[in-house]
Amino acid sequence: MDHLIQLILDGLFVGSFYALVALGYSMVYGIIKLLNFAHGDIYMLGAFAGFTVLSVGAGALGGGFLALIVIMALAMVGTGAFGVVLERVAYRPLRNAPRLSVLITAVGASFALEYGIAVTFGPNPQVYPIGVSGGALGIAGARITYAQLAMMAIAVVLMVALDALVRKTRAGRAMRAISLDPKACLLMGVNVDRVISRTFFLGSALAGAAGVMAGAYYGKIDFLMGFVIGLKAFTAAVIGGIGNLRGAVLGAIVLGLLESFGVAFLGSQWRDVFAFGFLILFLTVRPTGLLGERVTERV
Amino acid sequence: MNDDSSAYVRAVEERAPANVALAGKGVGSPKPRRAGLPVALSGLLSSKWLGLVVAVLALALPYLNSSTYIIQIGTDALIFVMLAVGLNIVVGFCGLLDLGYAAFFAIGAYASGVLSTKCGWPMIATLPVVVAASVAGGLIIGGPTLRLRSDYLAIVTLGFGEIIRITANNLDFTGGPNGLYGIPDFGDFGLRSDVAVYWVTAAVVCVAVLFSSRLGRGRIGRAWRFVRDDEDAAEAMGIHTYKVKFAAYIAGAVFGGVAGMLFAAHQTAISPPSFNFLWSALILMAVVLGGMGSTPGVVIGALAISLLPELLRGAQNWRYLIFGLLLIVIMVFRPQGLLPARAGEPKRRRRGGVA
Amino acid sequence: MSAVLLDVKDMAVSFGGVRAVDGLTFSVHEGEVLSVIGPNGAGKTSAFNCVTGFYKPTAGSVTFAGADITGKRPAVIAASGIARTFQNLRLFGDLTVLDNVRAGMHVRIRQNFLDAMLHTPRYWRSEDTATDEAHKWLDFVGMEYDRTAQIRNLPYGEQRRVEIARALARAPRMLLLDEPAAGLNHGEKARLLDLLRRIADLGIAVVLIEHDMGLVMKVSERIVVLSYGKEIADGTPTEIRTNPAVIEAYLGAEDEEAHAEAERIAAEAKPAGPRTETRQ
Repeated sequence: MDHLIQLILDGLFVGSFYALVALGYSMVYGIIKLLNFAHGDIYMLGAFAGFTVLSVGAGALGGGFLALIVIMALAMVGTGAFGVVLERVAYRPLRNAPRLSVLITAVGASFALEYGIAVTFGPNPQVYPIGVSGGALGIAGARITYAQLAMMAIAVVLMVALDALVRKTRAGRAMRAISLDPKACLLMGVNVDRVISRTFFLGSALAGAAGVMAGAYYGKIDFLMGFVIGLKAFTAAVIGGIGNLRGAVLGAIVLGLLESFGVAFLGSQWRDVFAFGFLILFLTVRPTGLLGERVTERV
Repeated sequence: MNDDSSAYVRAVEERAPANVALAGKGVGSPKPRRAGLPVALSGLLSSKWLGLVVAVLALALPYLNSSTYIIQIGTDALIFVMLAVGLNIVVGFCGLLDLGYAAFFAIGAYASGVLSTKCGWPMIATLPVVVAASVAGGLIIGGPTLRLRSDYLAIVTLGFGEIIRITANNLDFTGGPNGLYGIPDFGDFGLRSDVAVYWVTAAVVCVAVLFSSRLGRGRIGRAWRFVRDDEDAAEAMGIHTYKVKFAAYIAGAVFGGVAGMLFAAHQTAISPPSFNFLWSALILMAVVLGGMGSTPGVVIGALAISLLPELLRGAQNWRYLIFGLLLIVIMVFRPQGLLPARAGEPKRRRRGGVA
Repeated sequence: MSAVLLDVKDMAVSFGGVRAVDGLTFSVHEGEVLSVIGPNGAGKTSAFNCVTGFYKPTAGSVTFAGADITGKRPAVIAASGIARTFQNLRLFGDLTVLDNVRAGMHVRIRQNFLDAMLHTPRYWRSEDTATDEAHKWLDFVGMEYDRTAQIRNLPYGEQRRVEIARALARAPRMLLLDEPAAGLNHGEKARLLDLLRRIADLGIAVVLIEHDMGLVMKVSERIVVLSYGKEIADGTPTEIRTNPAVIEAYLGAEDEEAHAEAERIAAEAKPAGPRTETRQ
């Protein structure tokens, strides 16, 4: 029983990371139907942005949680801006090109980001100069650290804020409208380019936040850290129903839990195989995801 | 056709066929295509004779220079060419993005490696198993995902590539992280063993290039291009797009698997890091650089990608950074690649020509 | 009257609450020329898409040549003998004119992987036959430009012709044409009329969605009128011309000016007014 609760807590924790990255994946996909392969690398970029800020201004910020929040905010602005630039430079010129071209561009962007960081910071892992430590809380025999709780809280706050933004504000309405019919939006005077930029900003900022959290939590970052999480985030988005934001969060939690249980039964070396195998299985059985709906495409 | 595509895609897709119609509107007679140097060059390169010359050159390399180093990088380059023409079937001809192509390379290498080292099979006898294993891998991944939108395939193949690599890393009979070593070659035919491997490789790769190019021109190759250009229109002509995509995917898998077998014989030792995403990305790079769908372009692209690093040793990460940027630049400014495929009519074999 | 070739019964399809096709019943006979007309948004193209398998009908049945093809895959339906063109041209823009027409022959070309890789005699035979036949159909539709050129470099009217040649190369028993006259000039329309008659002479049933009433009235043996996804009239051109339900559907009964306009259209004085239809 204790074991079970521990597994669930671990799953929820990992799932909240996945969710932050999956949201950006799903948002961008929902709005321009682009699988942004570079999204996982933006998460990595966030970790390195936080790392840079810390290296430069560690003294001024001091340690602890407040510093983490400040760094996270800075990294979010940085990755968000990068996402906007990426869209502007690499994706926008190809908006009417065949889908294959855009996918290849996204692969190129991912590659360039990874090795750009490898060239800048060196290929070896960097030790994160800020760590989160502290006590732990016992829940019915299971153990969760305060750091984990705090990070989950931050993730939840960000997700709730995003949900409110998309559902309640004018900008959010424009985003939803474009995902339904960009042509009509153009005719209605919606500034489609600006909304797409904004989507990239939000999605990238969330990934950046997750990157900083991962750096602080795991204590080490490297230029390939975004590769697997990008794949996982996509898996989460597909499980939830790609393009659906609440679905992405649900999918991320489901994936986190599945992995947590999968690792308990199979061993941690099979974690990724289990997750990607599940992706393939899910696409076979229910490609539209848990919350996705079937839509008849018009010719 | 697809269930999950929404309006933006439709809008984009609607525009594409309309462009086809509008491009020539108002033009009295079709303008002759301006043949830039790359087009002319690609015309020259796709002529049968030049292909033959290149093949002969490849086969004659050991006579020109048989230093161990040259034979080594020559074999590597040829295997890379085979991978590139195999991926070209999937990406170039059929328009499906496979980001885990190295998985088939790994399947082939491990199938022959395990059978030859653990079961004592002669290398050549492993060929049917290599082919069967590649086909099986293609069926497992292609089956569910080829029904979906093409971008799902891209990411699922990426995941598949990881699955194969991690599995090879975790299992005992694949040698775990250490991999397999002492893999035999095809026999030395009384030659220096690396030269023998080179010749086997060169012969297989020449045939592979020829076959892939011919497949691209026949009935199935046309169907691949129809599917790539417009799936709906292809369906309306009675072309079962799912089967056609499957055929491309499986053909690509077999090419990758056989290349893996050659790789195993050439390296004599294989381990999981040889089959990571970097490989898949480099092969894709070769195809995109040379020109998707253009066999001569892809061969040149593969030779460039595999031989240039030999000239610029070191600075590996810079190289990859440049590759990534180059992918973006090519897609934005020259999506057809350096030596684009020509839309031309093959000459007829029978005299009398076009009716 | 000749035998029924296509039989559509109570077919329906809807998109997010809009019933694009709403209980449609009609049939096409062997070798006849039938026009499907109706105001914009009446569900004509949706009906086409249901028949050819591009939409799955949510209700009803489609029978072709005695076989049930309801909800079958487009490729299967096409292979059973229905060819179509699209409202907006859907050609393979990167490929040559000849290759585009060869697409129609795909299911009839007998050639496997080995033939292609080894260039067997069967390969050459099948390729030569395909090329000859492609030329034949291009001659038939009167495509005069360079046939080895990439199709995207051809003038619009020629592209339209190639699309019809491609559909004919499918060797269909029934040909569905979605607004074949759209965007054509006067002379090209006259040639289209001639072409349609020659296709009918081959014994192929032709079903036409068209807004050009002049063309419709001249070529059709029978006309089916749709409105809001339902059939509201079915008859010869003469019957349709004077059918009050049709006039009402087109322009509403209230408006007298519109009435006059509708009668003008019916009297073939002019092609149907300015087309403002957007895609679907």
